[in-house]
Formats: sequence, C-alpha cells, structure tokens
Amino acid sequence: MAVDRFPIEEGAILTFARAIGDPNPIYSDRDYAAASEVGAVLAPPTFVQASAHFDPDYPLRPQIGAPWFGSGQAPTGREPAAGGGTGLHAEQHYTYHRPLVAGEVLAATTRFGDSWEKEGRSGNLRFSETITEYRTPDGELVVTARSVGVMTERPVAWEG
Amino acid sequence: MALRAGELSVGDVREAVLVDGLTRTQVVQYAGASGDFNPLHSDEVYAREVAGYPGVFAHGMLTMGMTGRILTDWVGDGRLVRYGVRFVKQVWPGDTLTARAEVTAVKADETPPVAEFSVVTTNQHGAQVLVGAGAARLDP
Repeated sequence: MAVDRFPIEEGAILTFARAIGDPNPIYSDRDYAAASEVGAVLAPPTFVQASAHFDPDYPLRPQIGAPWFGSGQAPTGREPAAGGGTGLHAEQHYTYHRPLVAGEVLAATTRFGDSWEKEGRSGNLRFSETITEYRTPDGELVVTARSVGVMTERPVAWEG
Repeated sequence: MALRAGELSVGDVREAVLVDGLTRTQVVQYAGASGDFNPLHSDEVYAREVAGYPGVFAHGMLTMGMTGRILTDWVGDGRLVRYGVRFVKQVWPGDTLTARAEVTAVKADETPPVAEFSVVTTNQHGAQVLVGAGAARLDP
C-alpha cells in the first residue's frame, strides 16, 4: 500500500467516531477541541485505517466499472482459497509519535515484515506482517502501524 | 483531563460495556468510515454461501476501535503512545462486548512519566474476543 495524500478531515473523524460508538466531543466538537490540550479535533487511535479510502489500489473497495467479489442477484465472487480459507486480521499495533489532528495531511508507505506459519484450529495458518509509516509532508513520523494478517486453510471455527 | 503519575497504581482496573447487542448497521457504518468493504462484514449472502461462515461478522478493527475508548476515556485525549491488540475470536451481530483495562506499570521516573495497561474485551458468553496492551503519557 502506498498513499500519497491522506487528509485528516473533521467530517471523516466524526463518522469514524460514530462508527466505533465513541461520543467523546474531542472527535466532533470544534470549540471543545480547540480548548483542549491537543487544541484541535483529534483523530481516534485507530483512525489511520481510513487511509484505505486514499489508496488507489485498495483491494477491499469496489472499483468503479470493475467486477466486485460480493453478491448481487446470486452469490458471486472469487473462489475462496483452497479448502474454504479466509484472509483475516490477526493483530494490529500502533505507535503514536504525537497526537494526530484534523487539518493535517499525511502520506503512508508500507513494507513487508516477517512471515511465519503455524497449525491452528482452522488448519495451517500463514501469518504475514506489514509495517506502515504515516508521515507529514516534511517527513515527520506521526504514527507507525504494524499489522499481522493470517490466511486460514478453512473457515475459522465459530462454535464455543 | 490528563492523568498525573501519582493518580495511577499497578492493579487499578476500569471496565465498560462497549456495545450492547452489536447491530449489522454499525458494522456497515464501520465499513464506510474505515473504507474496508470486505463483503465478509456486510454481505450476508457472500459470508454464508461463498466464504462458509454463518453470516457476517464485525471487522476486528471495529472491536479494536471500540475498545480504545477504555484507555482514552481513562488517560485523556491525545495521551496514548502505544496501542496494540490480538484478535482472539470473531464478533457477531447481537454480541455485547465489555472491555477491561488494568494498569500493569507506572513509570513515574521517566520523562514524561508513562503508564502501561493491559486490555481485554469479552463477549456476553465471557469469551475473550480481543487482548492487547497500551501505554500513555502522564503528567508528572
């Protein structure tokens, strides 16, 4: 993933905070935020996920005019991985170098980290790590994100 | 309001209900806000008939986002320096989630002082769905 321009917008923060069910006025009230220690509408801790909107190649967003793997009149989509496995999010870790506030613009670059395998309840599990750095146009590092994804051999057991 | 190092002790605990009966609509809200439109989370037909699940389930990142509040409501706005989680179990529509945070360290001598926390989110059956940790900058 590479995102050249990720604007941190008040409206996007408002809808993100609603989606995670967090009524803290620091995410929606300009006057409250202006009088706070951070001094502006603050991005919630996991807000940088929304940089996906600005990734031109993000695979989990329908592209205009291109086939999409969700259902329409009938189930459609890519064939699931052999045996019915699924790509899932296993871990997410953030380091905040300073607070991120509305009005800023960041860029994001992602590199691959480690990968490993283990046996689990859903068969062989293949883990892979990516590290994304979010920086200002001056190169100041604001957030570092480490994500671990897992590709399962079968659908993950949902009982018990 | 930001916390002072002297206000926190190892073993201090906070608990909060994050959501009482998660709705599919909230999962869709999260898809829109985050930009993650994986049909596993919003498309019941896809989730059942293509992916082999009993239905749609929440983004792990929705649970992480909801859980963050147990820390930010405690330590104050803009004070987190680290927050990381492991997704243990899926979260389904109808689930009621409760987060619990516990102070695991208070480093009062550092500049600035830092507190470390463990976080666990459990569902209505008492099963852990997320475990993690965070750290926050305190006032001296």
